[in-house]
Formats: sequence, C-alpha cells, structure tokens
Amino acid sequence: MELKTESKLEKVFKSGQIAVTSECGPPRSSDPAHIIEKGHLIKNHVDAINITDNQTSVTRICSLAACVHLKNEGLEPVLQMVTRDRNRIALQSDLLGAASFGINNVLCLSGDHQSFGDHRQAQNVFDLDSMQLIQTVRHMRDEGKFLSGDEIKVPPKFFVGAAANPFGDPFKIRVPRLAKKVAAGAEFIQTQCIYNMDRFEKWMEGVRERGLDEQVYIMAGITPMRSVGMAKYMKRAVPGMDVPDELIERLQGVEKKQQAQEGIDIAVEQIQRLKEVKGVAGFHIMAIEWEEKVPEIVERAGLYPRPTFD
Amino acid sequence: MIVGEQKPLEEIWEMVKQHKNVTVFGCNTCVAVCHQGGNKEAEILASLLRMKATQEGVEIEFVDSGIERQCEHEFFEKTQDLVVKSEAVLSLACGIGVQFMATKYSSIPIYPALNTTFLGDVIKAGHFTEKCQACGDCVLGLTAGVCPVSRCAKRVLNGPCGGSTSGKCEISKDVDCAWQLIIDRLDAIGKLENYEKLSSIKDWSKDRSGGPRSFILEGF
Ligand code: SF4
Ligand code: SF4
Repeated sequence: MELKTESKLEKVFKSGQIAVTSECGPPRSSDPAHIIEKGHLIKNHVDAINITDNQTSVTRICSLAACVHLKNEGLEPVLQMVTRDRNRIALQSDLLGAASFGINNVLCLSGDHQSFGDHRQAQNVFDLDSMQLIQTVRHMRDEGKFLSGDEIKVPPKFFVGAAANPFGDPFKIRVPRLAKKVAAGAEFIQTQCIYNMDRFEKWMEGVRERGLDEQVYIMAGITPMRSVGMAKYMKRAVPGMDVPDELIERLQGVEKKQQAQEGIDIAVEQIQRLKEVKGVAGFHIMAIEWEEKVPEIVERAGLYPRPTFD
Repeated sequence: MIVGEQKPLEEIWEMVKQHKNVTVFGCNTCVAVCHQGGNKEAEILASLLRMKATQEGVEIEFVDSGIERQCEHEFFEKTQDLVVKSEAVLSLACGIGVQFMATKYSSIPIYPALNTTFLGDVIKAGHFTEKCQACGDCVLGLTAGVCPVSRCAKRVLNGPCGGSTSGKCEISKDVDCAWQLIIDRLDAIGKLENYEKLSSIKDWSKDRSGGPRSFILEGF
C-alpha cells in the first residue's frame, strides 16, 4: 500500500479495514489528567482519537497540547483545527508545531460561532474557511511550501480530514459540497452525528453516483443518546442536526433508567446497518462525556479487535 | 448607505454635561434616512438635552443645527460661524463625520451622538440590514450578488458551514444564512454549477487588516 504519511488511520483505511475513531474534549483547566484518562479508556478500541479545538467556542486546553499529551501516552491523536480563532500565520505555525511532535492527522473545520461559547464578545478570525484550511495543509505537505510561497525545509506530513454534514441545509448542495472538500484535498471525512438513517443513505447514494466514495474515506458519525431529554435537546437546539421523531419515541418507550442502555443499543444497530452501506469506510463514535461506553459499542458492533501494524 | 443608531441619552449626557454651550449638529444624508442623525433628529435631541439639563439643575445652552454632509468641506460654509463659536459639538453624523469635524475644528471637542453600526440598505420602511463591510476586493461576482463577507457570521467564502438550518444562520433563527441565499440565487440565475468552484484564499490586506485605506484620483 502506498502511504503518504505516518498516520495509523491512513494505514487502516489503505489496508482495506473499517476504521474507528472517537473524540475527546480537553478540560477547562491546566491539569491534563482528565484527557489522558479519557484517552486510556478508549485507546484499545479505536484507531485514532480526535481532540476537539475549543468546541462550541468554550475555552479549554488547546487541541495541540492535548494531542501531545495523548501522543506521549502512545496514542494516535487527530488534531482538530478550527479557523475561527487563528489566522493563516498561527494555523501554519501550529501545523508545524504539531508535526514536530509526530502528530499525523488533522481535521479541518470552520468551528462554531463564538456566540455559542463562553466569550460571546470575542472577535472571530476566519482568515481562511475550512475548505481553504484543507488546501493549506495539503499545500504544505505536497508542495512543501507555506501559503506565502516560501519553502518549508521539512514539510509537515498530515493525513487530512474534514467534516461533512449530510443533514445541513440546503440539501441540494450536500453532495456537491463533499465534492468540493475532496477537490480541496480532504482524504477522510467524518460526518455529523447520524440519526436520520434514510436521509444519510440517500446522501450516500448521491456520493456514490459521483464516485466520491472512491476518492475519500467516509466515516459515519455516531453519537449514542443518553436520554430522551438529550434527543429532544439535539432536535430543538443543535443547528444542522436531524433527529427523527421515531427515535425520540423509541427512547420514550423505555423506562427512564433504561434509556441510556437503549441509546447504546440504537448506536450499535446503526453501525451494523451502516456497515452494509457501500462507501462507508469507518465510524467516528462521539460519545460526549461518555467515553467509557465506546468500548462496549465497538465490541458489540463487531469492530473489535482493532488492527495493529508493526 | 451608512446606518447608525443614537446612543442612549444617559451616555450622551455624560459626554456633554461638563460644557456650558453645545451645538447639536445633524448630518442630513445617510443617518437621516434611518431617522437617527438628520437635522430633525438633532432638533429633537437638543430639546431632550435641554429637559435633562433642567432636571439636573444645570445651565447648558444647546443649539441645534445641521448640514447636508459632515464629511465634505463645502457643506460647512453656512454654519462656519456657529461651529467656531461653540464650546463643544455633539455630532449626529456617522463616525466619519465626527472625525471630519474633529480634524476641521482642531480646538473644539466633538462628541459622537451615534453608534455607527453598518453599511446597509432599507429593505422596508424602518428596517435596515447590513450588506457590505468594504472588504476592498468585492466577490459579489462569484457569489451571485450576495455578500458572504458581511452577511455570513463566519464570512466563509466556501459555505455554507454545517450550522445552516432551514435557510437560517446558526447564530439566530432571525438571521438568514447568506450561503442559502447565494445557492438560491445561483440556482435562479442558472449558475448552480459555479457552486463547486473553490473560492481562493482571500487577500485581506485590502480589508481593514491592511491598515487605513485611501484612494487618490489621478490628476484631480
Ligand atoms: S465582498 Fe467586500 S466589497 Fe463586496 S459587498 Fe462584500 S464586503 Fe462589500
Ligand atoms: S449558517 Fe450560513 S450565514 Fe451562518 S455562519 Fe454558517 S454559512 Fe455563514
């Protein structure tokens, strides 16, 4: 297999196996213990772990430092990078820094608007958007140059990912938008949490029609529901999220104490169904502040053990 | 046009209360259209300030006046005498007018009565919306005449972001998603295929970040 980077995730995909990733949010403190602990909870059940970048615009340990903590523990981090808080100078600088620590994967995002977070009065930067960040990382890696055109002596070698939301509006550009990210240079995609399975499968149909599944590794986003309350909240308040009523009804149908388990069951069933969908190359399991459940989901979905490479 | 909103009376009062004689000076172009800074509003603001002075038991003379535009020398001729006699001026112009006066009358304090809010249009009577941020390198030709720099909360040039929902922006159900509008317009003008063209990385040096901008007409 022809590898472009040292990324373990790239190896899993290119060896034809289903990849599994998960994600952890760094703590709101200078003590890294919590994120290291979370990493250890899931390390044997995933190929790589995304570290979020001040998700929902709430200030935390920076993604880069948290990635280094995981790397030091022998885990494989995916550096999430949003373009909200840093201009092209800072982004390229952080990419060099991350590469200097042997971080091999980056996920390029625009980031939630700061009005969702703890510093609503902040400026936002958006010197680049997520597509342009993908282009930037690829340019640095493949051309060995900064955006300015100056040469990079030892270019950073990242396996480059992006997010896709099959449920965002307007629906008619959902497949073209993915095509655009692929054209920009995305090599793997992690999707928004999937709840509306029919709509996701319809999107995948469009993706296959254009042959995009042959050009990029698509990881289906799975987030187990912990309760009816969470399902209702996500439906009501989280932009770009599609939670069908049947799912809420199913959770409502079981006793409150059983709802979390029901949520896990649903996630496992979803993975089993999506494994059969052509073009789904992996799963990105986002168990928000519920990392301890990732091993159970992975095992029950038949995704364990994870591949190893020497 | 430039849209502004009058500052709260209390804030204005705090700026002017130390003076004995203040000219309340309207600007009868952009900020008159939004009923915040025209000569009529100057008249109203002056009387509110007179009432305030009476309430506070202080004696300040508020004289109201105004001109067509506070950002060009020629309009000042008629009011020259009044302005130079004032101890201070409360300008109802946008930030440009306030600064123009501050430069022109270097020894007179000039205070802003407005918050200059944005460059926008009048979509219907009494409703003004932002449409441009003067980024210095217009992309409307690529975006079907809808500006992503001023109308997208993340100014993304390859949108929409994942937060676009039912035509609205992730920041509020009351704000249209600029990228939904761009895509709808591209569709309407038969250019949806343009959506897949990647917008290149923008040169922001022509924007605010490049420092104060100016423009000189040759041979004028
Ligand atoms: S692209 Fe720039 S110049 Fe054109 S309307 Fe938008 S902000 Fe104004
Ligand atoms: S929802 Fe639309 S307008 Fe709002 S930030 Fe995203 S792309 Fe921009």
